Amino acid sequence: MYIDSHTHMISRTTDDYERMAAAGVVACIEPAFWLGQPRTHVGTYIDYLSMICGFERFRAGQFGLRHYCTVGLNSKEANNEELAEAVMEILPRFALKEGVVAIGEIGYDEQTDLEDKYFRLQIELAKELDLPVMVHTPHRDKKRGTTRSMDVVEEHGLAPSRVVIDHNNEETVREVLDRGFWAAFSIYPFTKMGNERMVEIVRAYGAERIFCDSACDWGISDPLAVPKTAELMRRGGIPETQIRKVTYENPLAAYGQSGQINEADWLDPPPIDQRTLYMGNSILRGGQEPRIADRAPRSDELRIR
Amino acid sequence: MTTAAELLVRWLDRQLDEPRRAWLQEQRVRLASGCSDRDFYLAISYVPRKLGKADLALSTSDLAAAEAARPGWDPSDWSVDQAARIVLLLAGGGTGDAFAQRLRQLFVTADIGETITFYRGLPLYPDPPRHVARAREGARSGMRPIFEAVAHHNPYPAEQFDELAWNHLVLKALFIDTTLDPIRGLDARANPALMRMLCDYAHERWAAGRPVSPELWRCVGPHADDAALEDLRRVLATGGGREREAAALALAACPRAEARAMLAGEPELSAALAAGRLSWRVLAEG
Repeated sequence: MYIDSHTHMISRTTDDYERMAAAGVVACIEPAFWLGQPRTHVGTYIDYLSMICGFERFRAGQFGLRHYCTVGLNSKEANNEELAEAVMEILPRFALKEGVVAIGEIGYDEQTDLEDKYFRLQIELAKELDLPVMVHTPHRDKKRGTTRSMDVVEEHGLAPSRVVIDHNNEETVREVLDRGFWAAFSIYPFTKMGNERMVEIVRAYGAERIFCDSACDWGISDPLAVPKTAELMRRGGIPETQIRKVTYENPLAAYGQSGQINEADWLDPPPIDQRTLYMGNSILRGGQEPRIADRAPRSDELRIR
Repeated sequence: MTTAAELLVRWLDRQLDEPRRAWLQEQRVRLASGCSDRDFYLAISYVPRKLGKADLALSTSDLAAAEAARPGWDPSDWSVDQAARIVLLLAGGGTGDAFAQRLRQLFVTADIGETITFYRGLPLYPDPPRHVARAREGARSGMRPIFEAVAHHNPYPAEQFDELAWNHLVLKALFIDTTLDPIRGLDARANPALMRMLCDYAHERWAAGRPVSPELWRCVGPHADDAALEDLRRVLATGGGREREAAALALAACPRAEARAMLAGEPELSAALAAGRLSWRVLAEG
C-alpha cells in the first residue's frame, strides 16, 4: 500500500486513477495550488476548492482511491492582492471540510512582501483551526526560501511537527530534518527530484520524517512516482520497513494530525461509503497484487530523472 | 404540535453524551441569537468533528412523530451530523430572503457530506418553492449519493417539481443506475410524457443490447398507449423473470381493457398478482 501525499488529480485522467490503484496507491492528497495560469476571480477559486473537496473526492472513490485535500492560497496567486484578500475571506469556510488534512500548499514563490503576508496569515489560520500545514518551497532561490519558510513558521509559534516542508532536495533536507520538520520530496521529472536520487537520500538520512510524493499535475509528471520509487528502493536494497515509512506511514502520520485521514478509511470503510462514495479496493480484498506494469518493469522504466 | 426542528433536537439530546449535547446547545443558542457569517459557517462545518457521524437511532414512534410534524418526511436513515447540521441551519438561518441566501452560500462551499445533508433537509425549510432551482441541480448530479439525497425518501420533489423536472428526475435515476422505489410520489406523479420518455429509453437500451431496469415499467403502466402496450408485450414474450413480473405489475396498473386481456394470457403472473406476491418494492430490492 502506498500514499501519494501530493497529487493534482484535477488535471489527471481516469487512466491515471486506474494505474495508481493497480500499483497499490490507496490514498492521495490534493493540495490546492494554481492551475498553470493565475485565476482572476474569487469565484473561480471557490469553485476550484469546492471541486477538490467534492467531485474529485467522489471521482477518486470510483476508482478505489481515497482522496483528501489541503486548502490554501498559493504563493503565486498571493501576488494578486485583490484576489488574495477575497480568498482569505472564504478560506475558513473550506478549512474544516471533510477530508481537508492541512492548510496548503502555502509559502513562497518569488518571496515577495505579499507572499510573506499571506503565508503568515494562513499559518495563523492553521493555528486557530488546529490544522497541519503543507509548505511549498520555491523553485528559484530554493535554499534561502526554504530556510525562510521555517523561520516564519517558528516565529509564529507553530510546532515543526505540524508542518510538512515539500519539494526538498539534497541541499535542503539536512536543515529541514535538523529543525524537526517533516521533509517531503516530490519525484517530478526534470525540475524537482529524480527517484534514483531519492533512493540515495533514504540511504543517507534514513526514513524518519522523510517521505516522497509525485506532485503530478498538468505538466510532465508521473502519477506512479511513489510506487516506482518504492520499487527502485527495493532493488537498491533499502529495507522494507524504511520503504513503508517513506511511501505510506510518514505521510499518514504527518497529515493524520488533522484527524481527517485514517487507515480505516480504506481498510475498513463504513458501509455507506462502500456503497456510494468508495468503490472498494480489489488489492485489499486479496484479488490482485499491486503492479506497475503487466510484467516486471525494467529498471529504466522505473527511473524518473 | 412539535415541529420537525424540535424533534431533531429531542432525538439528538437523547443520543449524545453530555459534552456533545452541551456543544450543540451552545451553538444553537449562539446561532439563534444572531452571529457573524463566519461563525455560522464554521459552526456548521465543525459538526462531524464535534458530534461524530453515528446513525441517528430512531424508533417507530419517532418516525410516526416525524410524519405528524411534517407529512412525508422520513428521517429513518439520517445520521447525527446530518440532524445536527439541519438543527443549526434552522436555528441560525433566519427566514425568507435571509434563509435562502444562507442556504445558497452553504451549498456553494459544501463538501459531499454537507451537500447530501442540505438536500435531505429540503422538506424542512421555510418557503419551499424558493429552493426548487437548487433541488433540480441536485437531481442533475452525476454523484449518486447526492442525487439520492434529493430523489430518495424525500417528499420535496413530488411536491415542488413541475412535470419536466419530475420526469427528468425519474429518468436520471435510471441513468445513474439507482432504484426508483424510494422516490416519493412515484405513482401519483406518473404522466403520459414520462411514459413516452421511458419507452423511448427502453428502446435505446434494447438497440444497444443493454439491460432495461424492470422498474422502468412502473411509470409506464398507468398511462400506457398502444405503443407502450406493444413494448410490454415484448417484455412478457422475451424478458427474464423479474422483467416479466414488472410487466405484469405495469399492466395491472393500466386501466385499459387490452392490458387486462394481456394479463389474462399469463395465468401464472395473474395468480401471483392476485395472491399479492408481486410488488414494486420487492422488484426494486432485486
